[in-house]
Amino acid sequence: MRSDRPPPLARTDVPDSDVVLSSRVRLARNLTGEPFAHRCDPDRSRSITAMLRGALLQGDLDENLSWIDLETASGHDKQLLVERHLISRHLAESTTPRGVAVADDETMSVMVNEEDHIRMSAIAAGLQPERCLRRLIRLDGELETRLNWAVHERWGYLCACPTNVGTGIRFSAMVHLPALRMTGEFAKVRQAAKDLHLAVRGYYGEGSETAGNFFQISNQRTLGVSEEELLDQFQRVLIPGVVRYERAARDVLMDRERLAVEDRVHRDLAQLRAARLLKADEAMRRLSSVRLGICLGLIDEIPLDTINALFLHTQSAHLRDRVGGTLSPADARAVRAELVRQMLSL
Amino acid sequence: MCNKPAVVHDTHIIDGTKREIHLCAEHAAEHGFADIKHVSMASFTTKVGSAAVQSPSCPTCGTTVPQIRQSSLLGCPDCYDAFDKPIGRLIGQSQYGATHHVGRRPAGNDEDVSRRHETQRLMHELEAAVAAEQYERAAAIRDELAKRSRGEG
Repeated sequence: MRSDRPPPLARTDVPDSDVVLSSRVRLARNLTGEPFAHRCDPDRSRSITAMLRGALLQGDLDENLSWIDLETASGHDKQLLVERHLISRHLAESTTPRGVAVADDETMSVMVNEEDHIRMSAIAAGLQPERCLRRLIRLDGELETRLNWAVHERWGYLCACPTNVGTGIRFSAMVHLPALRMTGEFAKVRQAAKDLHLAVRGYYGEGSETAGNFFQISNQRTLGVSEEELLDQFQRVLIPGVVRYERAARDVLMDRERLAVEDRVHRDLAQLRAARLLKADEAMRRLSSVRLGICLGLIDEIPLDTINALFLHTQSAHLRDRVGGTLSPADARAVRAELVRQMLSL
Repeated sequence: MCNKPAVVHDTHIIDGTKREIHLCAEHAAEHGFADIKHVSMASFTTKVGSAAVQSPSCPTCGTTVPQIRQSSLLGCPDCYDAFDKPIGRLIGQSQYGATHHVGRRPAGNDEDVSRRHETQRLMHELEAAVAAEQYERAAAIRDELAKRSRGEG
């Protein structure tokens, strides 16, 4: 795992990248004849982990995956994986035998012994859920030639949590909605999302509601609707609706308050270029503002992918990796500020 | 209890005696039946608790209702049949009324399923042999798995 690599999500030559940072699709699967992950004793968890590791590293799979054993990985490495969205916080903090298989370019990860035996995710920059779905279906198809997934005649693919049964699929998009927040329209998006059976979470998942005006929007319904129908709704109706709404709010801002917006994004950029100590939430907030400035054409000397990459590289495990050691909170603020100055320098 | 139309109908079987309850919206709320749109895992597990008089634990994994209540998770795939009614109710509510899976299923017939089962067993054995440093045995299992993946098994 190298933290200095640009994340695949930083790319901006992809559909709707002004609003959609990334798309992710995940499939949950469980082995038949085994208890769900949380009910396995350590020996059984270890045996299942080893068996699934073997299945995921088979040479004849289309995906080329590398294995990371999370029972023996350091706390720092696990934190890096969380920050790169390759594993969940839940998997990082669990104490049972477990692991993750990751594609070289980090656009696919397969968590073993999370809430379900397998949770495979594919991720792509911008709005590209179809690409993610095709990769997952191919991997699932290859795995199911040698593994028996727990499938129920009526409920479809069975999961440890009964609210995930059916397809076991979750589509999600990480969207940047600063203008909707600034115009006070965001509450309507939240209500509309609820009516459309979508969940809205913050950048770091549950409870990180406002970090950088980033939101993860995902389907809650997994039963009675096929993978293809969900894809179609998500890709052609739901997320494009959010994108249009945010763009309309950006137009309103530019029509009515152009000078105020211009003032704000340039002040935030100047603060980032001047700061010698920078807290994580302040970095996130000001970078979000600069990102909006770039998308509105008010800032043209900084590429959008630089900002996208900075959201990741300013997080604590990435900063520790940069200096190659532990960092006190005060030191982390200094290293963060230095990195931001360097990447935004004129 | 009152003359308003009943909107909640609940059936319990306690000590072999069937008991039906029919409640209007107001009384249903008073008796803890959540609005269908706002169903939570807590209200679901309360209902599992009442239904579990008949099936207190899963015959396969032994998971009990208090355990489900605590973790919000089932113990094994067979729990879905062991607790079918309350789980069916929860799934219907959390899935906006959907009652059946549509979409992908693993390909193949019973024969494929049993072939996969055998492959899965061999993969378990392979990992156990490697862990126990029984390399000759591991090599034999690996050959067998390779044969199977070429469709010769």
